[in-house]
Amino acid sequence: MEPIPKTLKALNWITGALFVAALYMVLFFAPREAVMGDVQRVFYFHVAAGWVGALAFLVTAIAGGIYLARGERRWDLVAMASVEIGVIFTFANIVSGSIWARPIWNTWWTWDPRLVTATVMELVYIAYLMLRQGIEDPDRRARFGAVYGIVGFLSVPLTFLSIRIFRTIHPVVIGSGDPTALGAFDMSPKMRVAFFFSLFTFTFVYVTLLWHRLRLQRLSEKVEQMKMKILSV
Amino acid sequence: MPEAGSTKVLDDQPVTLRRSSGLGAYLRSIGAIVWKDLVVELRSRELISAMLVFALLVILIFNFALELDIRTRETVTSGVLWVTFAFAGTLGLNRSMAVEKDRGCLDGLLLVPVDRSAIYFGKAIGNLVFMLIVEVIVIPLYSVLYNVNLFQPGLLAVILLGSIGYVAVGTLLSSMAVHTRTRDVLLPILLFPVVLPVLVPAVKASNGFLQGFEMAEIWPWLNLLIVYDVIFIAIAFMVFDYVVEE
Repeated sequence: MEPIPKTLKALNWITGALFVAALYMVLFFAPREAVMGDVQRVFYFHVAAGWVGALAFLVTAIAGGIYLARGERRWDLVAMASVEIGVIFTFANIVSGSIWARPIWNTWWTWDPRLVTATVMELVYIAYLMLRQGIEDPDRRARFGAVYGIVGFLSVPLTFLSIRIFRTIHPVVIGSGDPTALGAFDMSPKMRVAFFFSLFTFTFVYVTLLWHRLRLQRLSEKVEQMKMKILSV
Repeated sequence: MPEAGSTKVLDDQPVTLRRSSGLGAYLRSIGAIVWKDLVVELRSRELISAMLVFALLVILIFNFALELDIRTRETVTSGVLWVTFAFAGTLGLNRSMAVEKDRGCLDGLLLVPVDRSAIYFGKAIGNLVFMLIVEVIVIPLYSVLYNVNLFQPGLLAVILLGSIGYVAVGTLLSSMAVHTRTRDVLLPILLFPVVLPVLVPAVKASNGFLQGFEMAEIWPWLNLLIVYDVIFIAIAFMVFDYVVEE
């Protein structure tokens, strides 16, 4: 078995340390929000998870585009790995939002446009994974994956636009939001630090996971080849 | 177009289209594909009749499910209409691609020396025509059955715009779904989440026209609808090559 590359090992440690630091920032460093109390602390990882989801899907669309242009298989692997991570983080984003909404909006779920579009985004990429599963020819799988990744990504900007086009109760914390949105608040400087630190940390988590996933794919392909070799003997 | 004319176009293609890449030749090859689909449909009548009966059944089921009395009717009509069109549309999209695939016609089409995007536009326009025919029959029927006046120019324009967007993505995705193991099942799963940016503004704008909202309230939805129509057509135009590539 090939050893874990040194850079990846280092990245593991950095990401782990950053994550511990981020937990400290979110739980202790950031001040308690005056109106909502401690539940507001969900916000830091909620947005960070959403950010990773969007970033992952952007990477998928770009990697898909590069694959279509150059036809190199590794870009297809990047696209697929990125979708898997994005689906998990978007799910975390939706669930954590739900946990926050229960005390603030007094419901786990509401058919708010922002929530719906985030869920639609999740469904697009679950469909992406189903599409890949249904195709046997690896070349075609890669091409269709790339195309669907690009088309599906068009639904993501709507998610972010929707908060401004539709009437929504989802708060906009960054930029000027509708002050009447339920649960809106202004970040204090310390909150801002904790917030951006979470974003930074989650980006590291994403990169580390992506790398591990790509390595796993390579290894599993190797195992597959070895199996074939043994079976054919 | 007379039938003799269309066969002539088909015969001409290998000779003329490769060299003269002019707009006229391009449009003629799109026309030939549309014409082919229409002729096939005219002879078999299986696609439109299936879509139409299905659409009527959906409306009937909605009648029972939603208890479409006069007051609910006003608010849900646009939703019922669009769900009906979307479901019937999937049926048509699936069928129109499955026919090409099953009888090996797709390979034949791909061998024709025309730009691949001409095949896309040909199939898309064909699908659009089928969808519009179904809508043209469903709309007056719905008006009569539920005593709602659907003949408002604004509403009809929204239905046209929405159908264009729906078919633009649908044709692209159905040509992908047809190559998968679970093709009939997969198309709606692939299509519905992606086409939502078209369906949502279409429903909202239709509702606006039906309820007599002011244009200022409807315009944002119309803009969104047009923007997504353009985006989807452009993207499909760019990536269709890779979908049909062998």
